Amino acid sequence: MEGNDDAAALRDLYEHSPCGLLSTLPDGTIVKVNATLLTWTGHTRAGLLGGTRFQELLAVGDRIFYETHYAPLVTMQGAVAEIAVDLVCAGGDRLPVLLSSVLRHPPDGGPDMVLTCVFRATDRRAYERELLLARQRAQESERRARVLAETLQRSLLPPALPPVPGLDVADAYRPAGHGDEVGGDFYDLFETAPGEWGLVLGDVCGKGAEAAVVTSLARYTVRAVATESERPSGVLRRLNTALVRQRTERFLTAVYARLRRESGGSFQLTVSLGGHPAPLHASADGRVRKIGREGDLLGILDEVSVSDSTVTLLPGDAVLFFTDGVEEARSEREFFDEHRLTELLAASGDLTARGVADRLLHRVLAFQDDLPRDDIALIVLKR
Amino acid sequence: MAAVATPSSQYHPGCPVRGLGYVVVVGVLERNNVHVGGPPDGRPMVFAHGFGCDQTMWRLVAPAFEDEYRVVLFDHVGAGGSDLSAYSPERYASLDGYARDLLEIIRELGLERVVLVAHSVSAMIGVLAVNAEPARFDRLVMVGPSPRYVDVEEDGYVGGFRRADIDELLGSLDSNYLGWSSAMAPTIMQNPDRPELGEELTNSFCRTDPGIARQFARVTFLSDNRADLPRVTVPSLVLQCSDDVIAPDAVGRYVHEAVPGSVLVRMRATGHCPNLSAPEETIAAIRAFLRS
Repeated sequence: MEGNDDAAALRDLYEHSPCGLLSTLPDGTIVKVNATLLTWTGHTRAGLLGGTRFQELLAVGDRIFYETHYAPLVTMQGAVAEIAVDLVCAGGDRLPVLLSSVLRHPPDGGPDMVLTCVFRATDRRAYERELLLARQRAQESERRARVLAETLQRSLLPPALPPVPGLDVADAYRPAGHGDEVGGDFYDLFETAPGEWGLVLGDVCGKGAEAAVVTSLARYTVRAVATESERPSGVLRRLNTALVRQRTERFLTAVYARLRRESGGSFQLTVSLGGHPAPLHASADGRVRKIGREGDLLGILDEVSVSDSTVTLLPGDAVLFFTDGVEEARSEREFFDEHRLTELLAASGDLTARGVADRLLHRVLAFQDDLPRDDIALIVLKR
Repeated sequence: MAAVATPSSQYHPGCPVRGLGYVVVVGVLERNNVHVGGPPDGRPMVFAHGFGCDQTMWRLVAPAFEDEYRVVLFDHVGAGGSDLSAYSPERYASLDGYARDLLEIIRELGLERVVLVAHSVSAMIGVLAVNAEPARFDRLVMVGPSPRYVDVEEDGYVGGFRRADIDELLGSLDSNYLGWSSAMAPTIMQNPDRPELGEELTNSFCRTDPGIARQFARVTFLSDNRADLPRVTVPSLVLQCSDDVIAPDAVGRYVHEAVPGSVLVRMRATGHCPNLSAPEETIAAIRAFLRS
C-alpha cells in the first residue's frame, strides 16, 4: 500500500506543483502537461495533447526567439535556463513566464524528450521591463547630454583658425575625460584690423553648463572689446570688468595676444597675461623663453594688474599658447611640467605648426594614458 | 583648472578610452573566426550561419563533407568567436556589410567555384554575395530562406510576420539579454551521444553582445531582398522545412519561383533549423543536389 501512496504523492506533486511542467518531443510536440500549467493558461489537456507544439503557445516575437535561440541551445547544449517569454493563454491573454528546459535521452531507448519548467513571473517581468525602460531612458539622456556638451563645446571654439598670411598657425583641443561634459577651456583667433589679429586662450574654473556660460561670455566679450582696446592688457581689463559685472562665481585665467604684421613681413607679438601660464617662445636656435609678466586672475577683483610684453617673431620662431591641462597633465607620479614642454618645443624646429601641435597633444595624452584629467587646449604659431 | 574645480574622484581611469584608440588591423580570418577543414585541394564549401547562434549550428552537418570538400566555417561579426571590435553599426546597417565580409573571406582564402550553404538570413547574404561576384560561386544552397519576413500590403506579399511581431522580437531579445551571459551557460547535461559537445559550446553560444543582436535582428527581419532573387545565376537549392514559422512554405515557394532554375526540396524536418533537428536529411538533400 505504501508504494501506491508514494505514486499518488508523486502524481500529485507533478500535477499541482507550483510551476508548470510539460514534456515535448524535440520538435516541440507536447506529450505531457501538468494541471498547474493548464490552470494558468486556460488550455485543455485534450487541446494541448492533440499535436500542439509548445512554440505555438508563444507570442509571435517569442516564437522567433524560440526557433533561433531556444531550440538550437536545447539541442546542442542539452539545457537552457531562465528564458523570458510570454505564453498566450486560451482567452488570448499573455502570461509572462520564465522557462528552463533539459533534453533527456530516455534510458529505455524511447524518443528524446525535452522537459520544461514554466515559472510564472508576472510581477518580476513587469519590474524587469520597468528597469529596462529606465535603462533605455538613462542611455538616451546620456546620449543627449553628450550631444549637448559637444554642440555647446563647438560653439565655444572656432571651427577652424583663420589663416594669418605669413604665419603658420595650428590648434589642438581635447576635453577632459570622455568628453561628456563641456570643458572650461576656450580660445579664438580673429582679425581685428588689416594686418592685425587678436588671439585669446583661456581656462574657466570648473566645467559643465555653468562654466560654459562664463566661457561664452568671455569669448564674445573679447571679440567685442578687442577692436576698441589699444593694448592687450586693455582687452583683459575690459574682460575682467564684464566678468565682475556678471557677478559670476567663477573666475578664469586668460592670455590675450596681439599679432601685428610689420611692413618688412616680420610679426610683432604683444602678450598680456591674466593669471595664465606664459606662452613659450622658441627661437630657431632652439632657445625657449617665456613671454609676458604674471598678471591677476580675471573675474574676482574690480581692478586687476596686467601688463604687456612685446617680442618680434623671426623666421623659424615658434610660439606655444597652452592651458594648464597641458603642463599639469599627470601620470601616477609626476606632472607633465614646463620643463618637458620646453624640451619638446626646442626639439620641434623642423616641424610645421600642425606638426608641433599634434606632437604635443599626442605626448600629453600618452603621458596620462589617453584619458586627460583636464581639458587640453593649445595654439602654435610658427614663422 | 582641474586642480580647483574637479576633484580627482571624478576621474575614472579604469574606463575604456574613447577616441584616439589605436586602430588594430585584424585579419579577415580572425575577424570572422574562420575555421577551415577537409582536404586543401578539395572543392570549397562555405557554411554560413543564420540569426541567433554561430557556426556551431553546422556542427552536425559540416563534418559529413570534410572527406571530400574543403569545408569553411565562420561567424558573422557580432556572433560567436568573431572579433566584436570589428563591429560597426554603419558597416552592418544592412545585409550588404555581411555579404562584403563573406566575399572577403572567400578572397582571402583564394577560393574558386565555391559551394555556399547558407542558413536563414545568410541565404540572402549569400544571394547578395553571389550577385556581386557570380564567378566565385558554383552552387548556392539556401536553408530556410526568406527574402522578406514582413508582409507587404501593397503587393500582397506574405512573409508571415507583421511589423508589430518584429518589435515583439526586439522586446524578447531585450528581456533575455540580461541573462544572456549566465542563463545560457549551462548546466551542461551529460550528453552520452555527443560527449564532444562540451565547454566549447557553452562559450560560443553565449557570446552575443545585446546591442549587436538587436541591430542584427532589425537588419535581418526588416530587410527586403526580393528584387535580388531573379539576378541569381548559379544553380540553387531551396531547402524548405515543414512547419517553419520563420520561413513558411509559401515563402520557400516564392524564393524557388523567383530564383531562375532553382530546385525546391521540402523536408520532413520541422522548425527552422534542420541543420540541428535533422542533420541526416539535410546532408542527404545537399548531397543529392551537388550530384545533380
